[in-house]
Amino acid sequence: MVFGVVLILLVIGSVLFHFLSPWYLTPLASNWSIIDTTLDITFWVTGVVFVAINLFMAWCVLKFRYRKDRRAHYEPENKKLEIWLTVITSIGVAAMLTPGLYAWAQFVNPPEDADLVEVIGKQWQWSYRFPGEDGMLGTIDSRHISAANPFGINPDDPRGQDDVLVASNEVHLPIDRPVKLLLRSQDVLHDFAVAQFRVKMDLVPGLVTYIWLTPTVVGKYDVLCEELCGVGHYTMRGHVVIDEETDFKAWLKTYPTYAQTVSGVGVESTTAGTSLVEQGRKLAQSRGCLGCHSVDGSAGVGPTWQGLFGKTETMVDGSTVVVDADYLKESILNPGARVVQGFAPIMPPGSFSDQELDAINAYIKDGLGGGS
Amino acid sequence: MSTVAHDADEFVAPAEVPEMELYHPKTWLGKYVFSQDAKVIAVQYACTAIAIGLVALAMSMLMRLQLGFPGSFSFIDPSIYLQLVTMHGMIMVIYLLTALFLGGFGNYLIPLMVGARDMVFPYVNMVSFHVYFVAVLVLVASMFVPGGSTGAGWTLYPPQAILPGTPGSDLGIVLMLVSLALFIIGFTMGGLNYVVTVLQARTRGMTLMRMPLTVWGIFMATVLALLAFPALFVSAIMMILDETIGTSFFMPAIVSMGQQLEYAGGSPVLFQHLFWFFGHPEVYIVALPAFGIVSDLLAVHARKAIFGYRMMVWAIIIIGALSFVVWAHHMYVSGMNPYFGFFFATTTLIIAVPTAIKVYNWVLTLWRGNIRLTVPMLFAIGFIFTFINGGLTGLFLGNVTIDLPLSDTMFVVAHFHMVMAVSPVLVVFGAIYHWYPKVTGRMLDDTLGKFHFWVTFLGTYAIYYPMHYLGFLGVPRRYYSIEGIDFIPESAMSLNAGISIAAFIVGAVQLVFFYNMFVSYYRGREAGGNPWEATTLEWQTPDTPPKHGNFGKDLPLVYRWAYDYSVPGAELDYIPQNVPPSRVEKGESVDPDEGKPA
Repeated sequence: MVFGVVLILLVIGSVLFHFLSPWYLTPLASNWSIIDTTLDITFWVTGVVFVAINLFMAWCVLKFRYRKDRRAHYEPENKKLEIWLTVITSIGVAAMLTPGLYAWAQFVNPPEDADLVEVIGKQWQWSYRFPGEDGMLGTIDSRHISAANPFGINPDDPRGQDDVLVASNEVHLPIDRPVKLLLRSQDVLHDFAVAQFRVKMDLVPGLVTYIWLTPTVVGKYDVLCEELCGVGHYTMRGHVVIDEETDFKAWLKTYPTYAQTVSGVGVESTTAGTSLVEQGRKLAQSRGCLGCHSVDGSAGVGPTWQGLFGKTETMVDGSTVVVDADYLKESILNPGARVVQGFAPIMPPGSFSDQELDAINAYIKDGLGGGS
Repeated sequence: MSTVAHDADEFVAPAEVPEMELYHPKTWLGKYVFSQDAKVIAVQYACTAIAIGLVALAMSMLMRLQLGFPGSFSFIDPSIYLQLVTMHGMIMVIYLLTALFLGGFGNYLIPLMVGARDMVFPYVNMVSFHVYFVAVLVLVASMFVPGGSTGAGWTLYPPQAILPGTPGSDLGIVLMLVSLALFIIGFTMGGLNYVVTVLQARTRGMTLMRMPLTVWGIFMATVLALLAFPALFVSAIMMILDETIGTSFFMPAIVSMGQQLEYAGGSPVLFQHLFWFFGHPEVYIVALPAFGIVSDLLAVHARKAIFGYRMMVWAIIIIGALSFVVWAHHMYVSGMNPYFGFFFATTTLIIAVPTAIKVYNWVLTLWRGNIRLTVPMLFAIGFIFTFINGGLTGLFLGNVTIDLPLSDTMFVVAHFHMVMAVSPVLVVFGAIYHWYPKVTGRMLDDTLGKFHFWVTFLGTYAIYYPMHYLGFLGVPRRYYSIEGIDFIPESAMSLNAGISIAAFIVGAVQLVFFYNMFVSYYRGREAGGNPWEATTLEWQTPDTPPKHGNFGKDLPLVYRWAYDYSVPGAELDYIPQNVPPSRVEKGESVDPDEGKPA
């Protein structure tokens, strides 16, 4: 008695939970409504099956409970019934698979006129590259990657000279323009995922993978890495901002081309007029420093920056160091040199200009109130 | 009487089964440690698997502490969290479920159910367990080496598994891979035994289509394992080489932490293909024995022939075969050629058809049955409920398009726990309540058993059903912390806390089960030979627990299939497989405690 009733209540509860709970798909902000539609179809088909089979089972449990004076029905097989059930199941499966494959055909074929943007992942930061005025991305090789050339751009490729390099985990994209995101990883597997866009794909070192979408709603969305990429995996986040076309163009102008980063001309324009501390704060945010280093004293993958400047830290080899500007610079450019006790030597070396280093130092020293 | 073919009234002679010579040990060591008796080996396997499984259960509790109450338990740092995630998954899938179903239930039930004295190669069987035991020791050792165990996730994807930045990327990962290789070596010895015993050592009259579905499930799972594990074996060996001597099987040119590495030309995606070529059949290596066992539990306790036996056998075989052509549905967003998606989505959804047929037939076995709601039956019906739920969500993930938003989210975690953690574990519990009386001669306590069932069944549903909805939101899996993600509402954090509390309750209640097992061993009600009034041969042994050699002087002769329950005209509502037709026709009663094979 109890069991049958509980099964019925579980079915009712599951259905109610589905309709009443506040948790469901995050609102869509791209063209991929067909994914949501396919999901809805699947929900209806599977939902009906779930309710029907379980209620039938609950009824059986209630109705056919053991009685000493009764025998179970002896019917080892019923071909007709089995064939019917097989046919109905196959139809249900086809009803779900067909829209699924139809949508997948769209996913694997990006529109010809889609803009190209490259997404680069490395532990545990995002950066982005836009083709310059020629509309083409220059070639890249991991053998070219160095502190001076963090994107690994082939210096001899003329198509790469005008590529715009966004060394920040925040990227902007124009609304209503189809965009094909080329995904590259420099080290391990990552996965570029934005819940509001629905589509996601792994970044694989040695391969270029892709997704495409058309953003449809202006706003700022979280980018999450969704393929386990090491201890800092959960901190590998960024933002994608969907702008109107003009805002997007203005934003893109604030980033240098590859040629500019090589020559050093025209790079400083973005920082004009802001204080060094403010510049440092922005850098720390956009380069992903704050994924591992908290600024409020809470624990993280790396030591907190709150009150760090002037503090005496014990190193893994037992020696002590008073944190000053030189130690901070060394730790940013060559993190493995002197590592604080209790932390793993896993910080990726940063590539920063001298001015940027000063800005970050200023942020840590003056912005986050170090004692001495 | 019915005209069904497998209810043959005549005796069918299979290939001649020669009597085997058994090695009877004379010392305590020979009897309990280096035993060649499949039943002792079964208990050794089961105890080892459950012991290491308890470690993995404790790990999941620690994970839930962090997920439910982030920041409150500072000893769980991001490295430790990933190590817990990895070890929990690896232990549960391989070292608990695979070892328990095949090494545990397989060893105990196959010889008894097919009417054999023992496995065909008892010595190899013994070695199989000892290699498995060493594999477990190596696994445990990996938790205590410098750097700790690997934190690469149970899938161990390179490059990160062997690069700094992942916990345990030195010794931890090497020991993990060595342990896996050992496990596979040990399993292969056992697995050959299970297959050969089923094919070669069945007693007279035990045709393949008269075998209980338990044996079919374990047999087919073993075939899958023998074919699938080699893929994992080669990937383990190749990754060890990549890590130790710097080969580049899975490693392309990489800049790690600002360092140009020496690797070049390898493919991380190749590893994933190899891993899932093993990994997907692995799902069915766990599921098929559960399917088989639950079929028998349902038939025995509903006093009814399993519905559509032949269809059930073919479904097991078809599912087994198809499980080798669906592996890349784990890789829709891995960066493999996206056109693979069409093929693998189609095969994956096709496999839903034979699986659905199995579910229908279980439910139709209950239909017009005479259902005894014993503790094993509660677990069996609970299994059907959770398996329907977990199976249906598989249709979301298998349908390539819907996998895009849901892949790598908590939806996946909820799905695979429902379908290959909760469901098989409910069957494991049901099976233990069902066969414990045969193994020990005593019944488990009913009240404790019912309490254990209710909390486990309702508790696990409370854990995993709502978790799917976190996945719909987009909450990623394998995240140490989801704080600071804008689209995740505060209420999702409360849900996580609720899930954790349900998990702690379910975890704690398992102690009741172990208490029951322990106390009943000494004080449980005497079971007798056939307490459930079942038809299969393991209940017809002259001794309970069965002695080494299983049966008396002569092996039982089999006259009928395993499901003669409630046969019209028969006096009792069950006819054991070894009862000749003449005795049924004469209306002679079948004495369950007579125990003498015909």
